Amino acid sequence: MKELADAQAVGKLVEELATQVKSSVNLDQSSDVPWALVGVRNRGDKLAERLSDAIGPEIFANRVGVLDITLYRDDLSEVAAQPIVQTTEIPFNVDGMNVVLIDDVLMTGRSVRAALQSLMDFGRPKRVWLAVLVDRGGRELPIRADFVALDLSKGADGLIDGDHVQVLISEVDGKDAIEVRPKTAS
Amino acid sequence: MNSKLEQQDEYHWPHKHLLGIEGLAPEDIRFLLKTALSFEGVSTRSVKKVPALRGKVVVNLFFEDSTRTRASFNLAASRLSADVLDFSAKASSTSKGETLVDTVRTIEAMGIDAIVCRHNLSGAAVQIAKSVNCSVVNAGDGQHAHPTQALLDAYTIAKRKNLTKDFDFSGLKVAIVGDIAHSRVARSNIRCLQKLGAKVVLVGPPMLVPSIFKDLGCEISHSLDEVLPEVDVVNMLRVQFERLESQAFASKREYAVFYGLTEEKMKLAKDDILVMHPGPMNRGLEIESPIADGPNSAVLEQVANGLAVRMATLFLVTGV
Repeated sequence: MKELADAQAVGKLVEELATQVKSSVNLDQSSDVPWALVGVRNRGDKLAERLSDAIGPEIFANRVGVLDITLYRDDLSEVAAQPIVQTTEIPFNVDGMNVVLIDDVLMTGRSVRAALQSLMDFGRPKRVWLAVLVDRGGRELPIRADFVALDLSKGADGLIDGDHVQVLISEVDGKDAIEVRPKTAS
Repeated sequence: MNSKLEQQDEYHWPHKHLLGIEGLAPEDIRFLLKTALSFEGVSTRSVKKVPALRGKVVVNLFFEDSTRTRASFNLAASRLSADVLDFSAKASSTSKGETLVDTVRTIEAMGIDAIVCRHNLSGAAVQIAKSVNCSVVNAGDGQHAHPTQALLDAYTIAKRKNLTKDFDFSGLKVAIVGDIAHSRVARSNIRCLQKLGAKVVLVGPPMLVPSIFKDLGCEISHSLDEVLPEVDVVNMLRVQFERLESQAFASKREYAVFYGLTEEKMKLAKDDILVMHPGPMNRGLEIESPIADGPNSAVLEQVANGLAVRMATLFLVTGV
């Protein structure tokens, strides 16, 4: 296991992501399309809250939601036992909105595919943006992120293809960090 | 904190069938109810469907009349994107002499993932589960069990009493009132409530509440007036005319006077008593209309919650 980023570095990456999202929000000032943040469980939702705080909660006016994509996974019929389903909480109408979808790591794109389908079942956003803390590379679907804080898709020091990039978030894992774990270990 | 999370992740629902409550551990019941919490939201959004069971086939196999349970399972399966086959056994080959086992094997041969069955004989669901390889969910067998009703009742209690965090019913006392002897709802409810930590008191005339039920660890009472002040929940069972052959009670009027939940009797109860009824209600017999429609009643919530609990049930059993 190797640590790619410590708590301080994660804090900087969140700020960087917030800056990128905010610049798009600012460019959009002239339109009256509201903005919302939707985080993908189990860490994207925590990141969404941090982004809301960093960008300015007044922009989102409590439009911060949580998606659980378990029921939309494309490998449900292949896994050994049913994974734990948690609640999806989108307490606002997504119709006609700018929705920023937030996940911790983007790799194959399958989670994002599931999240998009789930989001569409709640309504018809005007536009969906994708913000991720880390782009790991290794896409299996034609999906790309609009906002990326840490881009490892072109490779990084000592990172090999099978490695698992794990973002740790203090609310879930007890600390903030980004770790690289050899595939066999997990 | 991390290790705690991983421990939670390690729990896997172990049951391929849901035949009764007796086979479930308390942690299984709590896990199923927690899963139901997640499914509840599906019914309130614009697209009331999730793709979790896409490509799977669920058969409703009802050998006994049922409207609401059947509709509830049907809708639950549809909301999970499963294909639903409604098989009315009355109009089928069983009336031409086919045995139960042959019927279910024939149905299974069509490529079925789950059978939801109701039968008037106790033990039918177990027999079906032994005969097939797919999942079997018991939607009521004779006087034996009606597990999803017990689970949705527990879910309703937890929602109304703010116990959805851990589904721990310790300190809660629940009265089940009516024809306990013939009731599968009562049997499943007793076990489910006890496993979650609640105390159960059974109330009704002696013919319908035999003292042998004490062996299940329940209190028994023949006076609703005495029980009402001390319970948090009262579950009024339907008087089942179709199952009552004997003269178990002298008259409907007498039953209504002693065991019906009237406005007068409600004055004896705690202010926040929760009133439940599995339906269909005999208004004016076991429950008076102002109570059934009043603020303490959770009758319609039970129906709504039944959908979430049955979605969770179908989702979990088909994954094993």
